[in-house]
Amino acid sequence: MIPVAFEYKKVSSVEEALTSLASGGEGKLLAGGYSLIPAMKLRLNQPALLIDIGDIPALKGIREEDGEIVINAGTTHNDILHNDLIQQHLPFFHEAAKMIGDEQVRNRGTMGGSLAHADPAADWPALVLAADANIELAGTSGKRTLKATEFFTGLFSTELQENEIITAIRVPIPAEGSKSVYLKFENPASRFAIVGCAVLRLPDGRINIAFTGVADFAFRDAGAEKAVSGKTMDDAAMQEAQTAAVVGVDILSDNFASAEYRKHLAKVYLKRALQAVM
Amino acid sequence: MSTTNGMIGKSVKRVEDKRFITGKGRYTDDIVLPLQTYACFVRSPYAHAKIVGVDLEVAKAMPGVVAIYTGADVAAINGVPCGWQVNFKNGDTMKEPKHALLVEDKARYVGDAVAVVIAETREQAKDAAQMVLVDYEELPVTVDAAKAVKPGAPLVHDLAPNNICFDWELGNPKEEVDQALADAAHLTTLEFVNQRVVPNAIEPRSYNAAYDAVSEKYTLYTSTQNPHVIRLLMCAFVLGIPEHKVRVVGPDVGGGFGSKIFHYPEEALLTWATKNINRPIKWTAERTESFLTDAHGRDHVTKAEMGFDTTGKILGLRVKTYANLGAYLSTFGPCVPTYLHGTLLQGLYTTPKINVDVTGVFTNTTPVDAYRGAGRPEATYLLERLMDLAAHEMEMDPAELRLRNFIPPFDGVEQPGFQTQVALQYDSGNYEGVLTKGLEMLGYKEFRQKQQEAAQNGKLLGVGFSTYIEACGIAPSAVVGSLGARAGLFEVGQVRVQPTGKVSVFTGSHAHGQGHETTFAQVVASKLGIPMEDIDIVHGDTDSVAFGMGTYGSRSLAVGGSAIIRSLEKIIEKGKKIAAHRLEANADDMEFEHGQFTVKGTDKSVSFGDVALTAYVPHIYPKDLEPGLDFSSFYDPANFTYPFGCHIAVVEVEKDTGKVALQRFIAVDDVGNIINPMIVEGQIHGGVAQGVGQALFEGAEYDSNGQLTNATYMDYCMPRADDFPLFETATQVTPCPHNPLGVKGAGEAGTIGSTPAVVNAVIDALWSGGHQVKDIRMPLTSERVWRAMQTPVNT
Repeated sequence: MIPVAFEYKKVSSVEEALTSLASGGEGKLLAGGYSLIPAMKLRLNQPALLIDIGDIPALKGIREEDGEIVINAGTTHNDILHNDLIQQHLPFFHEAAKMIGDEQVRNRGTMGGSLAHADPAADWPALVLAADANIELAGTSGKRTLKATEFFTGLFSTELQENEIITAIRVPIPAEGSKSVYLKFENPASRFAIVGCAVLRLPDGRINIAFTGVADFAFRDAGAEKAVSGKTMDDAAMQEAQTAAVVGVDILSDNFASAEYRKHLAKVYLKRALQAVM
Repeated sequence: MSTTNGMIGKSVKRVEDKRFITGKGRYTDDIVLPLQTYACFVRSPYAHAKIVGVDLEVAKAMPGVVAIYTGADVAAINGVPCGWQVNFKNGDTMKEPKHALLVEDKARYVGDAVAVVIAETREQAKDAAQMVLVDYEELPVTVDAAKAVKPGAPLVHDLAPNNICFDWELGNPKEEVDQALADAAHLTTLEFVNQRVVPNAIEPRSYNAAYDAVSEKYTLYTSTQNPHVIRLLMCAFVLGIPEHKVRVVGPDVGGGFGSKIFHYPEEALLTWATKNINRPIKWTAERTESFLTDAHGRDHVTKAEMGFDTTGKILGLRVKTYANLGAYLSTFGPCVPTYLHGTLLQGLYTTPKINVDVTGVFTNTTPVDAYRGAGRPEATYLLERLMDLAAHEMEMDPAELRLRNFIPPFDGVEQPGFQTQVALQYDSGNYEGVLTKGLEMLGYKEFRQKQQEAAQNGKLLGVGFSTYIEACGIAPSAVVGSLGARAGLFEVGQVRVQPTGKVSVFTGSHAHGQGHETTFAQVVASKLGIPMEDIDIVHGDTDSVAFGMGTYGSRSLAVGGSAIIRSLEKIIEKGKKIAAHRLEANADDMEFEHGQFTVKGTDKSVSFGDVALTAYVPHIYPKDLEPGLDFSSFYDPANFTYPFGCHIAVVEVEKDTGKVALQRFIAVDDVGNIINPMIVEGQIHGGVAQGVGQALFEGAEYDSNGQLTNATYMDYCMPRADDFPLFETATQVTPCPHNPLGVKGAGEAGTIGSTPAVVNAVIDALWSGGHQVKDIRMPLTSERVWRAMQTPVNT
């Protein structure tokens, strides 16, 4: 459990972090460190330089702005868990935060770090997808905003470029009368999601459905959404949603859950989630 | 704190806990010696591979490197020995390949050590180890014991054809058992795997070896359960260095569960190398290294058949087991699936005919050895799964089926011990007692009612039983010797009364979580009538303690405690002579109670402290008596001890996911007399958690290439507090008739009893929903349970 030797630099602003990233060498951003450090200890990840962005004030905090909840990327899971705006407007984010790791992990780990790491079984990706969030990135050549649905591209990979930092997650406040839920079937060892299902039901009848843990990266399930959106949620509609769910997806398989079982669980959890928002 | 005879049976708080919970424990890795160096092992990433070459050039030039050794450097040194010999049925001795300190020819499991790098710092050692370039030629791999014996399977060792280490049988002649089963009205057959588990002591293995060129003396600090055994094995069988020149210290040790009994190659290698470089060398396993190289537990593939008459009486039991021994013989590897497993297949039942056949098999996996319970959990799992399954199949009540087959109560004094069909003689027991108590605690009738109602509402509730027996207090030397042990299994206890009446007790048993410093002090305080604070329990250092066989097999109190009692008896006897002389009385007229030597029927007395002082300042002293008050005893018991009990699990199975929730766990254990009820309960709790861990969560998963695919806590599921309900525990006391304390041992009971109770409960839940399932492979992951429910429903 000893990492390869590395340089360490603590930065106090996003600009400084970007300069360090651009300065050449294999720099890697360190936020909470709860994904990166274990990987380094196992020597699976061997960055030459760690740029510590854990104490940049501009990356902390949650605010309401223009009908959105803005979660700065360095906000910890526990800060999200205990935030009133989140509890009021995004109750499924609140529920999800409770399910992440343990107290230590929640105290250190950040939402931006989790999204950038893009673990296929992480919780936040499902939430930002279901909530139609936008992800703000800053880079040496300027800022850009991506839709969550464009952000995740593969196993541990995203649209985030090597010289970019996630600065904030902008989540539209769901209209009055919306209902949301996040349900998770945990891996008993790691307590990561074998299946995580986030559902947001909007008053206009649209239903957003996102899964994590099921495939290489979290995704919105268009098939299931189409089956239920705008419909009366009876047994037939439920059946249809389950049939339509996780179709055309390469499903993960491991010691705890084969692809077949995972697929079954996804359907079970979809049903439970839909029942919860009805 | 109370001081006198009343200390026995009191839940005294553990005196060692203050240092443990305040982080003041002193473990091997905490010890840093002057001029300390650090070792890092280069381990094979392949399960089976020829070593074509090792290139050290780059590594040797790395910063801080002091020395690097490979298999060639230690080829002339013996391997680590096996401490137990099991013979083939035809009398041939088992196949015993060399277990080299570093492999020279080929690596036989992932983690097999190929080289060691010694450097100034841990980090430098690790960095340089990565630069040791080993040229491997991959060979075909075999991991499953039942498959490894088939013709054409890759050979792990050339000297063991078909990978068979031994084949072995015990019990009645096979023809008699075959006949009994042929005559049976009902035959229950179960083919199952008792899966491999990883011990996962919280403190990884750690060694620090030093050599003093002036005194020519070695010191080895080691995370061990038995320092003297390590010294004996390492000096006499591996390194050939004189035992009196070697000090082995087992300081605070953070859990063992068996895995720290064994003499590992790293211990001997560091001890050998420290003299070469004339500097101390320390190595502490990383967690994944622990997963890969600590001896694993269990791993049996078994077919078991039990025959019954029409009333449910057991007529016979036939067992065939393939036991995976791993790539090499660990210290007690061969003993576990044979003499600690086959000998327990009588269980609590009157079964008249038993035959067990075990094949020990080499595979390209980590060596397998004793793990909490060691063989006895496997035997209990086999029997108790059969009993519940037979009850289902015969549509009988599983509790009633057991009651019909129990050996009737016997105390081992008025009624003789019970001779089993498989070599052992049980000491004393009241088996109905623990089951009856367990059923009461459960509220059995009400539960079955509730279960039926739940089934009607689409919920699956289940109850599982396990009535177990174990052979503990691993001992009589003559008996174990006749069964193949290459060591005695007595214990040593020395009591040194200091001139001021304070007492130092030296025990050869070793605490690594058990609480010896409390329990043993309670025994001594009670016997001598002095405060516990006046007693120091010393263990874990071959320079302090005369000798010892260590702690495993729930033997510390039954064997080690008895040795202390023998010495205390000698102290009191001598004390009486000293006191009698001072009081001008006859020693035969003296009695000793509450710390006072008194002339019977008088008020003339002298205190223990005064007698102690007199022993060391012998001015007024019997002419024919030596000064001093210090006795040592070697206690070799007359028999094993046989704790037993009844464990009951209640589970709910979620229909659509297969997820199991353990709702209740009831443990009624009879461990003989109890010195400290709190410590016994703690042992039961920990043991149950571990046994339930095997049932529901844990399991080493090797792929077909011999890679351990779950060698981290992200992948290997350890049980956690939130997986459990509050345990409901109770004890029954049937004293052991043959040791002075009447104790039987409590360290393994929880692990032995609990596993089948949980699996039985899950299967009962499934039967309640019409799924007539015989077996689900452990650990009972949600997926496995869900799959079991995809079978057709029988209504």
